[in-house]
Amino acid sequence: MSIKGKAYVMGAFEHPTREAPDKSTPQLHAECMRGALADAGLTKDDIDGYFCAGDAPGFGALSMADYLGLRKLSHVDSTETGGSSYILHVGHAAEAIAAGKCSVALITLAGKPRTSPPGGGPRGSGGFAAAPEAGFENPYGGSTHNTYGMCAVRHMHEFGTTSEQLAWIKVAASHHAQWNPHAFLKDVVTVEDVVNSPMIATPLHRLDCCVVTDGGGALIVTSPEVARRLNRPRVKVIGAGEAPKGTYGGKVDLTFSGAAWSGPKAFAEAGVTPTDIKYASIYDSFTITVLMQIEDLGFCAKGKGGAFVADGNLISGVGKLPFNTDGGGLCNNHPTNRGGITKVIEAVRQLRGEAHPKVQVKNCDLAIAHGTGGSLGTRHGSATLILERE
Amino acid sequence: MSDAKPAARKIAAPAVNTETEKFWKAAAEGKLLYGWCLACSEAHYYPRSFCPFCFSDRVEWREASGAATVYSYSIMYRSPTGPYTIAFVELAEGPRILTNIVDCDFEKIAVDAAVKLVWKPSDGGTPVPLFTLG
Ligand SMILES: [Zn+2]
Repeated sequence: MSIKGKAYVMGAFEHPTREAPDKSTPQLHAECMRGALADAGLTKDDIDGYFCAGDAPGFGALSMADYLGLRKLSHVDSTETGGSSYILHVGHAAEAIAAGKCSVALITLAGKPRTSPPGGGPRGSGGFAAAPEAGFENPYGGSTHNTYGMCAVRHMHEFGTTSEQLAWIKVAASHHAQWNPHAFLKDVVTVEDVVNSPMIATPLHRLDCCVVTDGGGALIVTSPEVARRLNRPRVKVIGAGEAPKGTYGGKVDLTFSGAAWSGPKAFAEAGVTPTDIKYASIYDSFTITVLMQIEDLGFCAKGKGGAFVADGNLISGVGKLPFNTDGGGLCNNHPTNRGGITKVIEAVRQLRGEAHPKVQVKNCDLAIAHGTGGSLGTRHGSATLILERE
Repeated sequence: MSDAKPAARKIAAPAVNTETEKFWKAAAEGKLLYGWCLACSEAHYYPRSFCPFCFSDRVEWREASGAATVYSYSIMYRSPTGPYTIAFVELAEGPRILTNIVDCDFEKIAVDAAVKLVWKPSDGGTPVPLFTLG
């Protein structure tokens, strides 16, 4: 069963805070839910489906649904694929809606890694310590920085990609962020600024890395019937793909991401191709993340991402593929170290024509939101979503 | 200001469970084991009780020679205990394994460089397999 046209994203809300020392994480989830409901023109009691992931405190969907006062739920899903979860949740919500399991689905994310760094791993029995790979990875000091760094080193080795080319991704994000009053980093930066910033984990510099922010976001996904009675522009879900990728018993291949698998599924379902896309939200935990995903989604040939992103090709109004016009995770917001939901939110803004006028893509009727979660260098979730303005 | 070097990075003791106990017992004797499937003749790592390729449980653990080449690496500078290098190295027997490259000039590390097995004590646990240039 295809989900094409079976569901709409009718509410989207990005929490404006980037530092929330005086709020609890559940409270941030609640504020995001309130914002998304108000955006859609719905109330709490309209919600019959709830989706959350590993950032949801306590017993996941159970604790949160109880806390949020969601009393009419007929469907819950706390699929956890790291930062890609919330993009994947839109596809899962569309499936549930198409199957008649619910008609108004809420997706929330929130957290405060900036002012209250989280301890421990994801919930569940034993967390990371009980992961099968734990003994063979935890002694080595793997972090997001250095595992993504390994991807970049290998990409440079195989394809001749340069630090200057990676830097263009941050430059483009910063050009967009200057117009976003909520962006954590608003200064426009140059290629030189990026490559001259301190080395974090070779070959990634400080400005190749995303921001660490508190905050959150929420989405409302509805059935076509509900969407039609709401007084909001309709953003239709037309394709979704997901594909986790791992290290495969020692056959790890760092040259590509799960986007190479999730992307084609989403494009096939939507019946469109990368050249049709007017706006791209691409998960930007690091510059290398964007580069690999752009290649793997088919916006350019494998290995040609460096040339593709250079010279402002990702800057709205300048280049061929306007991306992350809110400033993305690199400059705007990466709430609770999981940027997936903000990818969907800015895609919705673009399709509704509600992005900042300085970055709004003209006639934006087709957008992609794509995310990676976990670690690109070891095991990661990959989720692709294609959205169309109706 | 002290000019003493920062304390060396502590290597976290590996999580050991009933499935991987044998691996870490061998490690204590300086032997790096990898998984070998008698059904499909494929090597795998990390070792487990079945073959991740064909799902056969006819697997045995074999000792690696310790010779490897660098598949990829990253020198971590954002570290309170000084830079360290994480890497995937490709064992002569085939599998690519996550490790650290230690005791060498980090500037000389490169993709495809030859490395060899060394062991370092973990923090309160069994020795863990690491690699060095040469
Ligand atoms: Zn086998």
